[in-house]
Amino acid sequence: MNRSQLSDFAANHSMLKDLDYSILQQCIHCGMCLPTCPTYDATKLEISSPRGRIALMRAVADGKLETSQTFAEEMYFCLGCLACETACPAGVNYNHLIETARVEVEHAGALDSVKRNLLRNFFLSWLFRSRWRLRFAARLLWFYQRLGIQALLRRSGAMKWLPKTWRDLEALTPTISDSFTSLDRVPALSSSRRVGLLIGCIQDVAFAHVNRDTIYVLEQNGCEIVLPLEQACCGSLHAHNGDLEGARAQARRNLDAFDVDLLDAIIINAAGCGSQMKHYDRLLENDPVYMQKAKVWSKKVRDITEYLVEIGFRKPQSDPASHGTALLAYHEACHLVHGQKISAQPKEILKSLPHYTWVELPEAAWCCGSAGIYNITHPDMATTLLERKISHIMSSGAHVLASANPGCTLQILAGLKKQGMNVRVEHPVSLLADAYRNE
Amino acid sequence: MDNRIVSRLTDLLGEDRVLTKPEDLLVYGYDATPMMHETPGCVLFPDSTEQIGAILRLANAERIAVVTRGSGTGLSGGSIPVPHCIVVCTVRMDRILEIDRANLTARVQPGVLTAKLDEAAKACGLFYPPDPGSIKISTIGGNVANNSGGLRGLKYGVTRDYVMALEVVLASGDILRTGTACMKDVAGYNLKDLFVSSQGTLGVITEILLRLVPKPASKRTLLATFPSIQAAAETVSSIIAEPIVPCTLEFLDRMTISCVEDYAHIGLPLDCEALLLMETDGHPLVTEEEARAMERIAREHGALQVQIAKDDFEAERLASARRSASPALARVAPTTILEDATVPRNRLAEMVTFIQKTAEKYQIRIGTFGHMGDGNLHPTFLTDERNTDEIHRVEQGFAEIFEKAIALGGTITGEHGVGLAKKRFLPALIGQVGLNVHREVKRAFDPNMILNPGKIFD
Repeated sequence: MNRSQLSDFAANHSMLKDLDYSILQQCIHCGMCLPTCPTYDATKLEISSPRGRIALMRAVADGKLETSQTFAEEMYFCLGCLACETACPAGVNYNHLIETARVEVEHAGALDSVKRNLLRNFFLSWLFRSRWRLRFAARLLWFYQRLGIQALLRRSGAMKWLPKTWRDLEALTPTISDSFTSLDRVPALSSSRRVGLLIGCIQDVAFAHVNRDTIYVLEQNGCEIVLPLEQACCGSLHAHNGDLEGARAQARRNLDAFDVDLLDAIIINAAGCGSQMKHYDRLLENDPVYMQKAKVWSKKVRDITEYLVEIGFRKPQSDPASHGTALLAYHEACHLVHGQKISAQPKEILKSLPHYTWVELPEAAWCCGSAGIYNITHPDMATTLLERKISHIMSSGAHVLASANPGCTLQILAGLKKQGMNVRVEHPVSLLADAYRNE
Repeated sequence: MDNRIVSRLTDLLGEDRVLTKPEDLLVYGYDATPMMHETPGCVLFPDSTEQIGAILRLANAERIAVVTRGSGTGLSGGSIPVPHCIVVCTVRMDRILEIDRANLTARVQPGVLTAKLDEAAKACGLFYPPDPGSIKISTIGGNVANNSGGLRGLKYGVTRDYVMALEVVLASGDILRTGTACMKDVAGYNLKDLFVSSQGTLGVITEILLRLVPKPASKRTLLATFPSIQAAAETVSSIIAEPIVPCTLEFLDRMTISCVEDYAHIGLPLDCEALLLMETDGHPLVTEEEARAMERIAREHGALQVQIAKDDFEAERLASARRSASPALARVAPTTILEDATVPRNRLAEMVTFIQKTAEKYQIRIGTFGHMGDGNLHPTFLTDERNTDEIHRVEQGFAEIFEKAIALGGTITGEHGVGLAKKRFLPALIGQVGLNVHREVKRAFDPNMILNPGKIFD
């Protein structure tokens, strides 16, 4: 669809009007979501609460409100942390609603500008549609970082000539891994289970070691790992930014790449991706070709921590004399604890590690402000949330923080660095891999 | 709203404290009451008593209606705007001004969240007992304006029993202070009680002095199931006659039990007609003895099963059966209408049976749960607002249930308030004389009828 067709489509069409009305109606406006919503907590404004946003969506669906700029901005002011879903007594599917509302915003063109459209096209329709383009871009960034250009620029003070938003962005750029994830089949030592692994996009180029640790830990637990070359980005970036068609395209590519019937599970180690992948069934519910396969897929997707606990992972052994006293805390990624209701499993794994003493992180399940690209689009709110998170990490006294989502890890690392705090941030599976290696 | 008024309000409060955009107004059009929406003229966020005084002086002079609102969790439509009115939202007046351990009191602004007050009290070894279902987000101001209850009414009473003094801005803009920190105070009319459950029709509450109590040292939790509602009701009566005053005696009917089990998977037996959640708190020796006695009494009345929680974790699990009642029912149907007909304790079984018969008669689904200890029931109608035929039957069912509650010596609302939702049933309860007195009181405080007009009665 080109632009003019798209605007014709938008004029006669509303995603929110087309939505099954009972999903909107499910909200009983009781207000239980309000105290758990970071944007309501910060503003105390009803419009910036889940209940308020749903009321706006319903007004659009009822034809009582235009898809105005205020509506559009509010839909994107939401972090999509889904803490409201955890708090909701009535079981409202907020994720589905906010995704639909953002498609509505994009169809109506309520936020269109030349710059925004260019950026959207570059990221959503070009860069994140191809692993090789992303890897190429990451390699360029790697040269910038490894050849000392970054260090030189930072040391020389040249950074201060950049606009503030650019400087903030530069601080958030991930350190690119020296080598990316190898896409080969990994036969098991003693194979009783066969699993697929989605290597992600940011995880692949910036945290390739987390993928290697995931493979190692799965191997250690008797799994054969299948890593199809054709696999794609999960599509969450698209779904969260009003491009459900883009998200569907990514989903179809993954369904083509993995033979779901031959796999016991499809493993993912990034919370945001897992949350998206588990919804492929809903995403493709009207696609006659992929609908069935998507249902099987959604049933088989497992976060790595969820899967390890499900199969009764091997507890790492160690000599009691070597037990350390480093304090370990856990940050609950929104799309794990709220998006997938996974909280006990990563903690069970972390508490099995012999070299750490467990400490509770206050407000562990409160968003860190990363929220996909939110820290780029809404730096003020993201910074407020990051500072809150960092102050809790500081008060917990943790030496190591476990985080199961690359976005959170990058955000928290940037916050720690700004405060000059020396806290390691690791994926739970990397800590488990270390424990196995040190046996 | 008239630009002249908006600019005067902006001068008073500052631009960011006055909302007039259509999107902003739309989201202050509701509270937690189903099927009610009205758009206000503007929404204000004052942060002091003086600002509220100035707003009311202006509104009174200009004859503009003022509707006060906290977090908007009311269940009777009490804070639904009047068309083109000013909404005064108190959520930014959210400071706990003082916790006085010597006098066991807390002085708070109206926008303090109930749960925050409870936390602050607990941090001092004290306790604020009223615990409405929305405790995590409801404001103290809203609790006072609605005289909110909760699960501990039988032993600890309701919000009214904790209000010692109030600061209220009257319609004229004058500031009234009523009540003191004294446990004994008989000076003049007990004006503060007039404002408790007045739902913003007599003044705007701007400061509250609340009584706190020592935190109980221990708690025991029991869950029992019964083959009939009668057996559960008799158990409750016998426990009270023992005499034991438990802090909680909560009840679920068969329909609610099956919805809760579907939703929360607690392991509740589905072959029972009634479930009781019982809690006693106080000195460990006393709670131990009372828990044993309650278990014995339940068994004597034919309980199918009695579980006593061994630890806090299990207590939490058992209590979740009751706490899940409302959400579990809410998931079953698109529209959930939660009512709170209340009868004297000894008429409970009769009332519950009547509700079930009414559901059959009108072919509607009603799950009933509630506070058996204090006679406060929550018949919950499961329906769909788009189904006009069913909604009509629901309304007929409602009316009969309220009539029955009144006939049994009960009331149309135990803790949610009259607001808009039960306004038409109030005259039958209080009679013509009662209505006249209500009108006289309203006229004395608010001669121009600017404060939340049209609520409670006409």
